[in-house]
Amino acid sequence: MMLADFPLFPESASDVAKYVDGLYLGLVVITGTVSLLIWLVIFYFAVKYRRRPDNELAQEQEPPAALEMTWTVVPTLIFITIFIAGSWVYFRLQRVPSNALEVYATGRQWMWKFQHPTGQREINTLHVPVNRPVKITLASEDVIHSLWFPAFRVKNDVLPNRYRTMWFQATKTGRFHIFCAEYCGTLHSGMIGWVEVMEPTEYQRWLAGGTEGSLASQGEKLFQKYACNTCHTNDATGRGPVLAGLAGKTIALADGRSTVADDNYIRESILTPTAKVAAGFQPIMPAFQGQVSEEDLIRLLAYVKSMPPGKQP
Amino acid sequence: MTSTTIDDAPFIEPSATAKRNYLNDEYGVLSWLLTRDHKRIAILYAISVTIFFFVGGIFAFLMRLELLTPEGDLFTSDTYNKLFTLHGIVMIFFFLIPAIPAVIGNFILPIMLGAKDLAFPKLNLMSWYIYIIGGTFGVIVIITGGVDTGWTFYTPFSTQYSNTHVFLTTLGAFITGFSSILTGLNFLVTIHRMRAPGLTWFRLPLFVWSIYATSVVIMLATPVLAITLVLLMVERVLHVGIFDPALGGDPVLYQHMFWFYSHPAVYIMILPGMAVISECVAAFTRKKIFGYKFVAFSSLAIAFLGFLVWAHHLFIAGISIYSAMIFSFLTMLVAVPSAIKVFNWTATLYKASVSWQTPMLYVLGFIGLFTIGGVTGLFLGALGIDVHVHDSYFVVAHFHYIMVGGTIMAYLAGIHYWWPKITGRMYPEWWARLSALLVFVGFNLTFFPQFLVGYVGMPRRYHAYAPEFQVLNVLSTAGATILAAGYILPMIYLGWSLKFGRKAGPNPWGAVGLEWATSSPPPKENFHETPTVTWEAYDYPAFLKAMRETQDA
Amino acid sequence: MRNPTLHELQHPGTSDDAHAHHHPFLQHHFEDLGQQHEASTLGMWFFVAQEILFFGGIFMAYSVYRHMYPEAWSAGAHHQNWKIGLFNTIVLIGSSLTMALAVWGAQGAKRKLTTVMLVLTLLLGMTFVGVKGFEYREHIHEGLFPGSHFTYVDHAHPELTRGVELFMVFYFTMTGLHALHMIIGAGLLIWFIKRAWRGDFGPEYYSPVEIMGLYWHFVDIVWIFLFPLLYLIH
Repeated sequence: MMLADFPLFPESASDVAKYVDGLYLGLVVITGTVSLLIWLVIFYFAVKYRRRPDNELAQEQEPPAALEMTWTVVPTLIFITIFIAGSWVYFRLQRVPSNALEVYATGRQWMWKFQHPTGQREINTLHVPVNRPVKITLASEDVIHSLWFPAFRVKNDVLPNRYRTMWFQATKTGRFHIFCAEYCGTLHSGMIGWVEVMEPTEYQRWLAGGTEGSLASQGEKLFQKYACNTCHTNDATGRGPVLAGLAGKTIALADGRSTVADDNYIRESILTPTAKVAAGFQPIMPAFQGQVSEEDLIRLLAYVKSMPPGKQP
Repeated sequence: MTSTTIDDAPFIEPSATAKRNYLNDEYGVLSWLLTRDHKRIAILYAISVTIFFFVGGIFAFLMRLELLTPEGDLFTSDTYNKLFTLHGIVMIFFFLIPAIPAVIGNFILPIMLGAKDLAFPKLNLMSWYIYIIGGTFGVIVIITGGVDTGWTFYTPFSTQYSNTHVFLTTLGAFITGFSSILTGLNFLVTIHRMRAPGLTWFRLPLFVWSIYATSVVIMLATPVLAITLVLLMVERVLHVGIFDPALGGDPVLYQHMFWFYSHPAVYIMILPGMAVISECVAAFTRKKIFGYKFVAFSSLAIAFLGFLVWAHHLFIAGISIYSAMIFSFLTMLVAVPSAIKVFNWTATLYKASVSWQTPMLYVLGFIGLFTIGGVTGLFLGALGIDVHVHDSYFVVAHFHYIMVGGTIMAYLAGIHYWWPKITGRMYPEWWARLSALLVFVGFNLTFFPQFLVGYVGMPRRYHAYAPEFQVLNVLSTAGATILAAGYILPMIYLGWSLKFGRKAGPNPWGAVGLEWATSSPPPKENFHETPTVTWEAYDYPAFLKAMRETQDA
Repeated sequence: MRNPTLHELQHPGTSDDAHAHHHPFLQHHFEDLGQQHEASTLGMWFFVAQEILFFGGIFMAYSVYRHMYPEAWSAGAHHQNWKIGLFNTIVLIGSSLTMALAVWGAQGAKRKLTTVMLVLTLLLGMTFVGVKGFEYREHIHEGLFPGSHFTYVDHAHPELTRGVELFMVFYFTMTGLHALHMIIGAGLLIWFIKRAWRGDFGPEYYSPVEIMGLYWHFVDIVWIFLFPLLYLIH
C-alpha cells in the first residue's frame, strides 16, 4: 500500500483562510488547555484521594459559592468571545466585494457546471485568476448540494429554486479540491472537481479560448428565442416592463409591496411571473417553469443584468 | 403502614441473594412478555437495544472497512449510502434514545424514588411493544433493500429522488417516537407524584433531575419530529410539494422542522448519560456531588437552552446572516451548563475517597471524552469555522465524541454499576477493566483522526475519498477494530456472570441511594416496606456509619 | 351529602376508610386513590402538552406557506363551506358540553346521567366525523384531493392552482389528523360508556372520565383553531 504524504492541515490558498485557521488554532489552544487542565486535575485527584483503608469515607466540605460563580461566568465570557470572533470571520466570508468576478455554478446529480460571463462552460473544473475576488452564484437543478473549496475555507449549500452566492479570493496558484458537501445520492462522493487558480496573463489566455460568445450574448439569443422581446421592448410601449437598468433597483409591485430586483427576483419572474407582478402591468406573462433549464436561466439573467440603463425615452 | 428509615435498613446481608425476587417471582415467556413490572420491562428493553446496537455497529464496521482505501471498492455507492443511513437510524432511534432511559431509567428510577413501580405500568409495557413495532419496520427496511437518504432525510432528495424505502423507514421512526414519548410521560408523572415520604426535590439523586430534564425534552420535541415525518410521508406518497421547491415547497423549512426535534434529541441522548455519571461519581468518591443544586439546575438549563439552538445545523443552508448570529450566540450559551457539570464532577474528587473500579473508569473516560466533544461543539458554533467544517468529518468526530465517548460510556458505566442490583451478581472486575481500557483506546484512535481529516477537507458521507486522506482513515479503522473488541467483551463476561458471578449483597459498592437499601435483585414490589427518607442526597457519613454499625452487630 | 358509590350500595356498612383501601380500581402500585387520581390527571396534562407541540408543528408550517402564498391560501379557503364548518364547530362545542356533564355525573355517581352524556358525546363526535367525511367526498369529487388525482384548475387564476393544491395538502392533513384523534376518542368513549353503565364511577373514582374529558376538550380546542384558519381566511 502506497502511503502518500498525508496532510494534517489543509493548504491555505485564500485571503480568508488565515482568519479561519487563526480562529481554529486559537480555539485549539484555549479548549485544549482547559481540557488538559481538567484531565490533569481529575487524574491528580483520583490518585491523591484514592480509596485506601484509612480513606473509606470522603471529607465533607461546603462548596464556596464564589467558585461556582467563577466557573460559570468565566466560561460564558470565553464562549461569548468565541462567538464574536466567529462572527467577525463570518462577516468577511459573507460580504462579497463589489469588484468580484462573476461565475455561475450549477450543481446537479452528480456534477458541477460552471459558466463564466465570457461564455466558457466548464464541467467539474473552475478556472479563476489569482488575487481577484470571485463571486459564485449557486443553483441546483435537482436536490440540495453544497459547494466546498477546502483550500479557501468556504462552502455554501446549493439549493434548487433559489440562487445563493459565495465568494473567495485565491492567493496562490495551483489546483485545489472542489467537493460536494451535502449528501445528494448515489455519486455524492463523485461530485468532485478542481479549481485551477492561474496567473492573470494565463487566465486571459484561457478566457480567449472560448468560442461561444459571452454569457450575456448567449442570453440575448435566448431572449429572442423565447420571444421575451415581443413584450419587453426598449421603451414604455411594451406590454411588459422595460428591463434595461432593472437589475438591482427597488421596484413597486402591483399589490402594493416593493422588492429589490435581485437575481432571485429575475429568476422567479421568468419561472412564475404572477408571483410578483410589477405595478402598472397586467399579469399576462406566461410562466416558463419547466421550459427553461437552469443554465439557460443563468444566461438570461446575465443578459438582463448586462442591459445598461438609459435606453428609454 | 410502617416505614423503614435508612438507619435500620438491613443492607448488609452477607452473600444473600434474595430468596424471592422479581426474576424468580414468576416463570414463563408470557410472564415476561405480559409483565407490568418495570424491572422486567427494563430487561426486555436491554435485550432489544443491545441487539440493535450490534446491528448498527456492524454497519459502522462495514463502513470503516470500505474506508480503508480511497476508492469505493468494497461496496457499491448505493450500498455504502445505505450503510451510513441505516447506521445512523438504528443507532439514534433504536439505541441511543431509548438505551439509558428505558433500560436503566425504567429499572432504577422507581426504586430510587421509593416507589413500587412507575406511574403507568401498562403504558410502560405498551412503550416497549411500540418500540418493537417501530423496530420491526426498521428491520424490514434493512432486509428488503434499505434506505439511502441519510438519517436526516433531507428533501427534496428523500421525497422526490430516492428510490429506497423512505416511507417505511419514516413510518418506523414515527412509531418509535411514541414509545419515547410515553416513557418520558411515565417518568415525569412518577417523579412528580410517587416519591417516597421525606424525599423532597432537593434530596433527590441527581440521576432523577437529569432524567426529569430528559423527559421534558422528549415530551416537547418528539411530537415535532412526528409531524415532520407525517408531512414527509404525505409528500412521498402523494408527490405534492410540501418541501419540494419544484412544486412550491421549501426544503429549508423541512430542515428547520427536522432540527427543531433533532437538536433537542441530542440532549435526550446525553442528559441520561450525565444522570448516570452523577450517580457513579457520587458512589465511587463516596461524597456528595459538589454543587448539587448547580448540577440539578444545569440539567434543566440544558433542556431549555437545547430548544433554542436548532438552526446551528442550518448556518449555511440558507438562513440570513443575522439569524445565524443569533443561533451562534445561543449555541455558545448552551455549552455553559454542561461545563458547569464537568467542573462540579471534577471538584467532587477533591478530598474524596476515589475508587478505581470499572464504573469509575468509564466515568473518567466520559468526563474526558465529553469535554472534547463539548469543546468541539464550540468550534462548530463559531460561524467562521462552521462554514469550513460543516458536513465534514469534523462534525462526525464531534458527535461521536459526545454520543459514543459520552453516552455509550455512561451506559456502560451504569450497566456495570447497577449490574449487581439488577442481577444479584458481580461481574469479573479485571475483564471489565480491560474492556474499559479497550473502549477508551479504541474510541480515541477511531475518532480523533476524524477531526483532523475533516478539517483537512474530507466531506462526510463519502464513499470514496481523495488519496491524501487515507492514512487518517486507516488509523480510524484500526481504532474501530479495537473498539469493537471492547464492546464484544462485556457481552461475554456479563453473560458469564449471570451464572457464575459472585453473588452480590444489597450494597456491594457502599453507595447511598434507596436502590441500595433493598436486596439484590430486588423483590417484585421493590421494597418490603415503603421507606421514609430522612437523609439528604448522598449523605455518606450517616449512611456508612449505619452500615458499619449493622456489620458490627 | 354525597351520593353513595356502587360499592357502598353493594356493601352496606363499609366505612369510607376501608372502602378506600379495597377500592376495586385502586392499582397496587399507588398508595391510595388520591395519588392515583393525581397521577392520571397529571399524565393527561403532559400528554396534551405534547399534542400541542404535535399540532403546533403543522400550524407553524401552515403559517409559513400562508405568508408565502397569501392568495393561494385565500383561494383554498374559499373552497371550504364555512356553513358546514360552523355547523361542525357547534356540534363539537356541544359535545364538549355533554362531556363536561358526563364528568360531573361521574363525580356524583349519577350512573344514568353519566352514561347518557357519554353517549351523546359519542353521537355528536360521530356526527362531526360524518360531516367531515361528507366534506371530503365533495372535495374529492371536485378534484381537490392532492396528488395524482388533483384535477381541479382555477380558471380565474390558473397560476394559483399549485398553491391551492398545497393548501389542500394542509387541509387534509390537519383535519385528517384531527379526525383521527376524534375517532380514537370515540373508541375510548365506547369503553367508558360501558364502564359508566356498569357503575364504576363515583366520588372517589372518576378520574378516567375526567381525563377523557380533558382529552376531548383538547381535541375540541384544536378544531377551534382549525376552523378559522382553514375556512375563514380571505
